[in-house]
Amino acid sequence: MSKLSAEDLLQKLTSKFEGALNNITQPYGLLTLETSREQLLEVLGYLKAELQFIHLTDITAIHYPELEKPFAVVYHVHSLVNGIRVRLKVFLAAADVHIPTASNLWEGANWMERETYDFFGIIFDGHPDLRRILNVDDMTVFPMRKEFPLEDPNRIDKKDYFFGR
Amino acid sequence: MQNHLLITDNDPQSELSTLNLGPTHPATHGVFQNVLQLDGERIVSGVSTIGYIHRAFEKIAEHRPFYQITPLTDRLNYCSSPINNMGWHMTVEKMLGIEMPKRVDYMRIIIMELARITDHIVCNGVLGVDTGAFTGFLYMMQWREHVYEIYEEICGSRLTTNIGRIGGFERNFNQIAFDKIKSFLKNFPPVLREFESLFNRNRIFVDRTKNVAAVTAEAALSYSWSGPLLRAAGVDYDVRAQEPYSSYQDFDFEVPVGENGDVYSRFLVRNEEMWQSLRLIEQAMNKLEKEDSSIFHADVPEFYLPPKEEVYNNMEALIYHFKIVMGEIDTPKTEVYHAVEGANGELGFYLVNDGGRSPYRLHFRRPSFINYQMYAPMSRGMVLSDAIINMSSLNVIAGELDA
Repeated sequence: MSKLSAEDLLQKLTSKFEGALNNITQPYGLLTLETSREQLLEVLGYLKAELQFIHLTDITAIHYPELEKPFAVVYHVHSLVNGIRVRLKVFLAAADVHIPTASNLWEGANWMERETYDFFGIIFDGHPDLRRILNVDDMTVFPMRKEFPLEDPNRIDKKDYFFGR
Repeated sequence: MQNHLLITDNDPQSELSTLNLGPTHPATHGVFQNVLQLDGERIVSGVSTIGYIHRAFEKIAEHRPFYQITPLTDRLNYCSSPINNMGWHMTVEKMLGIEMPKRVDYMRIIIMELARITDHIVCNGVLGVDTGAFTGFLYMMQWREHVYEIYEEICGSRLTTNIGRIGGFERNFNQIAFDKIKSFLKNFPPVLREFESLFNRNRIFVDRTKNVAAVTAEAALSYSWSGPLLRAAGVDYDVRAQEPYSSYQDFDFEVPVGENGDVYSRFLVRNEEMWQSLRLIEQAMNKLEKEDSSIFHADVPEFYLPPKEEVYNNMEALIYHFKIVMGEIDTPKTEVYHAVEGANGELGFYLVNDGGRSPYRLHFRRPSFINYQMYAPMSRGMVLSDAIINMSSLNVIAGELDA
């Protein structure tokens, strides 16, 4: 089994996508790159077709309300052949949460993107069936955004004795 | 992929019937619904609905100190909760850079492999029930109880175990626990062998499962499958072998790989995995004997929640206990992804930390959620009874579907 090191992978990616990959870090050995949504499908397609990143591990998002572009969509992709993972991030502005779907590359992206839409309201353009998946259809908010905190655990108006218990 | 129901004209000759399979139906193995359209007994199309027990794990995790997230992980795959617990602990340990003593690694492997066995016992036992064979299930469930007794001896609870701590175990395994593990290792193999002989060449079982719901390796990969399902389709991928955690690299074990990707292959792969788990436990027991028997946690007082006796009798332990419970521990600003081989596949924890009391964002990569999305598309063209068996072979756990 041929192994690919993170350095080799990074070198391959940067020579192919010059200037399109920023903020390159390697927390705990996992190569993490930031790209733009225009380049995303190209990078993912290259990873899948050329470097055998055949397994899409996960898609999720993070909300940083204080940033100019507050939504980070995070892709974890795994090359089973080369035994290496990579993490791709795309930051999106709050007013424009569109990103192209990866479900044409991996069928498995379908539900992961629906979940990300359901929780964060990220709109995956070209997705075949972008509906809520875990929450009810008529919900109006995207609950994992930071502006929706959990209920205050110390509130007293829900104490049992108000309800005769 | 077509997920919508077909709309037909009103021609009575070609009318399709709609069937709600679930949300609560004995054959759905949990609370999830499939609306199927049937032409006679053959499934024409289907839509899966999940989220009935949506418990907001990820949101709650953003508001809890690292320790208090362990009980949330218990409730993901409740058939093998110790694997989830330890996967979470290992994620935090990776983030904090805690090196574990070998003995703790071996103890963890024992517990995780026992959990894998219990999960496969339920899955394969129930697969038998769904094909009409109740005996195997009854034989095997008894052995799940034996494993639960081992958990009970170690941590006091059986199903949602909350076993272990960040940095090791809450207490050392006592002699009774070791005796029970030894007796399990001695007495379970004949039962497993009998279980296999009940099914492997059983005419009815083989006819009902062979070439049913066969999935190619390409399709399984495209749908991001992992675990026994992916291996049954012929892809040799096991997190334990590819990215060994918890000293799996010190052990001698094989990764069983199937050929056809059908229900029968999945059954065989799970059975073989139980044998491999037994092998791993046996090796771990032997390795334990060579280690210092008093070690059951890493020496990191600032992160390891001290045992209760120490808290009551030792001032330092009391202070650390307080700081840890209140989330006053120093954590780096970073992000970490850690994957373990859960019973259903790759169970991943993606933790984004900003140095606060609780994770800034915690995402669980839940294998059941990802494995299950192929169910409706792959059911198309099957007869209903095959779709039922397919569902039990996917081993979807409702708790792991939700987030």
